[in-house]
Amino acid sequence: MRTQAKLGLFLLLSPLLLWLTLLILIPHVDMLLVSLRERIGVGQYQTSLANYFTFFSEPLYLRTFVRTAVMSIMATAITLLIAFPVSYYIAKMARGRVRSALFLLCLVPFWVSELVRTFGWMILLRETGVISKLLQYLNLTDGPVELLYNDAAIMVGLVYTSMLFMVVPLVTTLESLPDEVIEAGYDLGGNGVSVLREIVIPHAMPGIVSGCIVVFMLSLGNYLTPTMLGGKDSLWFTELIYSQFIVRFNWELGAAFGFMLLILSSTIVWGMLKLTGQSLEKTMG
Amino acid sequence: MTPDLECLNLVKKFGATTAVDNVSFDVPPGSFFSILGPSGCGKTTIMRMIAGFLEPSSGDIKIRDRSVLNTPPNKRPVNMVFQHLALFPMMTIAENIGYGLRRAGLPKPEIARKVDEALERIGLPGIGQRKVDELSGGQKQRVAIARCMVLEPDVLLLDEPLGALDLKLRERMKVELKALQAAFDTTFVYITHDQSEALVMSDQIAVMNHGRFEQIGTGRELYYRPDSAFVAGFVGDSNRWAGEITRVDGDGLEIRTDSGLLLRGASHGRVLSVGEKAQIFVRPEAIRIAHDAGELDHFDNRMTGRVTSLLFNGAASRIIVQDPEGREEIEVNLPQSGEFAGLARGAEVRIGWSGAQGNCFAAGGH
Repeated sequence: MRTQAKLGLFLLLSPLLLWLTLLILIPHVDMLLVSLRERIGVGQYQTSLANYFTFFSEPLYLRTFVRTAVMSIMATAITLLIAFPVSYYIAKMARGRVRSALFLLCLVPFWVSELVRTFGWMILLRETGVISKLLQYLNLTDGPVELLYNDAAIMVGLVYTSMLFMVVPLVTTLESLPDEVIEAGYDLGGNGVSVLREIVIPHAMPGIVSGCIVVFMLSLGNYLTPTMLGGKDSLWFTELIYSQFIVRFNWELGAAFGFMLLILSSTIVWGMLKLTGQSLEKTMG
Repeated sequence: MTPDLECLNLVKKFGATTAVDNVSFDVPPGSFFSILGPSGCGKTTIMRMIAGFLEPSSGDIKIRDRSVLNTPPNKRPVNMVFQHLALFPMMTIAENIGYGLRRAGLPKPEIARKVDEALERIGLPGIGQRKVDELSGGQKQRVAIARCMVLEPDVLLLDEPLGALDLKLRERMKVELKALQAAFDTTFVYITHDQSEALVMSDQIAVMNHGRFEQIGTGRELYYRPDSAFVAGFVGDSNRWAGEITRVDGDGLEIRTDSGLLLRGASHGRVLSVGEKAQIFVRPEAIRIAHDAGELDHFDNRMTGRVTSLLFNGAASRIIVQDPEGREEIEVNLPQSGEFAGLARGAEVRIGWSGAQGNCFAAGGH
């Protein structure tokens, strides 16, 4: 009986274990090993930290790295600012069918692929695009305006792509806040600002943090949006990794970059949790 | 003395339905006022209008003679203890109690002093640093009241706060709430669907049904002199029969129930005439049970019946007696002396009650 139970448990766990080892553990260990070797001749390698030295000595790499981090944090912050009122409305003010409809509206863009969605933004923003045409038609500009290929366009794309991942955890946590508690906040003399600050936000904190983590990770690791909306001037760190692996065929440096990105995201998420006094169990549980 | 709270012709309509229909009442200072009614009768709507979360369709609400209709909830001198208490789970007990004081902009040392005082008063000193979920149901209850009372409101509203507690605790909290009310000397307005809560604690009770007040009075008045069939049926238990009036002389009358039983009742000032359809209510404890007929001589309703069920419930034990022709079943309280403890099913008993105890109401009301 006991051995049977053990076998059952093992069989149930095996897909997960396979997933973890084959797709996460092995590639990462391999990548770490690759990143730690230096090519000294044709087919000749030695272990060294040379790739990491290259990363730190080349200002372009370092600057792109920092830029990617800062832009991702900004994208996360903007997403939060937009998603919070939206989620509050869906969770606390909308009722019945309206609520489901609004929630569905947040979901609808995700039924098409990210590529198509990003292309949608290109149709809107490019020189011959909808907005440019409209501005010309209204005589607000003399000639066509290029709204694409700048940081603002990247930001728009990132916020748009990650909105749902912020709205879902926020709606879930806000829904769990009883209306009574908000009313009690007002009843005892609070106004809108103080109720938001002292009751709603502290309650929604786990949702805010988990939403921020997901959005931040998605933005940091995004390749498509920065490439398509940012053009060649807007460098994103994932583009560097891509070019090292695919264009330059320099797997060693690419692997080192990949590891730097992993360290960066882990550090920032850890910092964010520490700063807000949340733990991973609390936010994900 | 001006009443602490005064509602004048209060009406609240939700679309086509009228939740509160022309309700007027006033609550004298320092009294415990209850609104008792079945769920959905509109009592919560009244409460929310007083607290300011709903606007009345018409009518006025005055607190200490000043209309509060245009005052938002956070500026009204009333506070509310919510049904599920609504303590702030993200704050400690001290922060919960101090919340209103912080909002009022009091200096920190004073807040700390007042919070300690309040905790002392509710008998829970030194728990200020604990989290909300570390407290028991009864303790949370007291904290929720203290959280309102530190603000010294003119009126404290309580929305079925005992509903979530288990029976034993609820019994204890009833006594405690009454004691807290006396200690804080504040006007309490309490809404509940539980008649025993209302009867035990209140100075005045309003019985509400379908958006209207059926009767306002002390617990004693409601229990012994109900004004309407609804009150008679809702407050306390009653044997209830429908029938037709066959004779009226002064306050006394005779009614023949639909199954043919002839009973003596009383109209207690209500106008009832012969031939009218009516309902008669007799409390199970108003019915005397006896071994021999002599003991029941002074009652004008007397009959011999057979015990069909024994409902043992400690001091509130009852029997169900069937009249000789088997037409009606009558619930009768057993005397607490234990005199009839040996009664068995099928036994023959004599019962009797005074006609004055049979409250009659014209049928068709409820």
